[in-house]
Amino acid sequence: MALVCFRDVQKSYRPLQGAEWVAVEHFSVDIEAGEFFCLLGPSGCGKTTVLKMLAGFEAPTAGEILMEGRPVTGASRDRGVVFQGDDSLYGWLTAVENVEFGLRMRGMARGERRERAMRYLELVGLTGQQQKYPAELSGGMKQRIQIARALVNEPKMLLMDEPFAALDAQTRSLMQEELRSVWRTTRTTVLFITHDIDEAVTLGTRIGVMRAGPGSRVKGVLDVALDGARDRTDDVFLRYYKQVYEMIRDEVAKSLLRAD
Amino acid sequence: MRRLWSRYGGYVIGFLSLFALWHLASVYLVSSVLFPPPGVVLRKAVVLVRNGVLLEHLWASIQRILAGFVAGSLLGIPIGLAMGSFRPVRKMLEPYTEFLRFIPAVAMITVAVIWFGIGEGSKIFLIIYTTIFIVILNTAAGVAAIAPNKIRAAQALGATRAQIFVYVAMPATVPYILTGMRLAMGNSFTTIVAAELIAANEGLGKMLWDGRMFMLVDDIFVSLVCLGLLGFAVDRLFRWSIYTFAGKYSPAT
Repeated sequence: MALVCFRDVQKSYRPLQGAEWVAVEHFSVDIEAGEFFCLLGPSGCGKTTVLKMLAGFEAPTAGEILMEGRPVTGASRDRGVVFQGDDSLYGWLTAVENVEFGLRMRGMARGERRERAMRYLELVGLTGQQQKYPAELSGGMKQRIQIARALVNEPKMLLMDEPFAALDAQTRSLMQEELRSVWRTTRTTVLFITHDIDEAVTLGTRIGVMRAGPGSRVKGVLDVALDGARDRTDDVFLRYYKQVYEMIRDEVAKSLLRAD
Repeated sequence: MRRLWSRYGGYVIGFLSLFALWHLASVYLVSSVLFPPPGVVLRKAVVLVRNGVLLEHLWASIQRILAGFVAGSLLGIPIGLAMGSFRPVRKMLEPYTEFLRFIPAVAMITVAVIWFGIGEGSKIFLIIYTTIFIVILNTAAGVAAIAPNKIRAAQALGATRAQIFVYVAMPATVPYILTGMRLAMGNSFTTIVAAELIAANEGLGKMLWDGRMFMLVDDIFVSLVCLGLLGFAVDRLFRWSIYTFAGKYSPAT
């Protein structure tokens, strides 16, 4: 059985005024343990809604989400989350204190949690920055803190909601490379939300393409049989890029029409 | 020396020009005993310091403000946290805060004097009254302004509801609490003067009142200048302590 199963999941919102908005409908997908699953879709298609439901922040209005066969009922440290912006970091704590937050909540002794946090700070390349406050660090470094903070808890999987979307292009591609090497070290299962085809092909072992909303679902899933360092100029890479591009092109057009 | 000047030079020039303008206005524009120039006021202040009268009044006002301000903040912070965190508590307490905060402390002076007499009790009550609502409202607003992702991140890291309250909601609210306290401190000056004008045996407000009664214009100005300087000093001190002791709680992140 897959690590995570979405079975016919639906999420609708009832605004204070106006008609009910169905964000996601008949959404079904399986995520296997150890894979890096990229969920790709045009903006506003409900990608983040899917992540929020799996994280346990929001409940589906229909269908079910199973993790290891048990329904997801709320947030849990089995599923670490990396958010898009930096507003989830604790500005009054230093980098290392942010990273050890989860361990501290568990009541782990100070020495042990500090040692573990330092190990994960090293993993994400933040050695030497541990005593700085988030406000003193760059956008890329803040995302590294988030990744270390989630990983140090040793979750069964990592949920990442467009974590690099707010970074500049150079930092973004550097972060992608580093995330890929972190993933190859830890082999943590990842659900990675993105709207960027290049990012999905660079990072994913599988890519799920979503339809435009409302009532979005998975249009198709693509296995990415690329190994090692992924080269953007490589023919195989470009072939995958094109394949995904063709899958998503119509959906982007639809979402643009809707926005107008 | 240069660093000192770049830091405080502006203040020095600002204050000097204030006194210079005052001097010019008093000597050349108004030229009346009813508007003494700064030199006269300073000489009077020295006399009042020498005979101990000024310090007695000053200390009386400071004591009252401090006692009421500390008590009001200590009461207001937990109430604000509870109102911001729990909807039923907010619904229950909003009638109190939303009703009472529109009755200014100055309007409560009469009641305070009837209840607590003209001694310390009524003054401290009034300062608490002035402080508490601003601190409550700012604290509750601070809790409401916490980024939802801060709470979600804590949930996904395995924190319990109680842990989220103590380790996320409370520290995230500190900048708002400090802002509320700073505003409350400013209002406390207004309230204490009004209260002392009406009913007190000492204090800067009482000094003002006596000045009017006995036509001691110089005394009135000494008291006014003291209020200004005291407020300025206390506010700077407050800002400095926030910067020094709670810098990491600054609203930047």
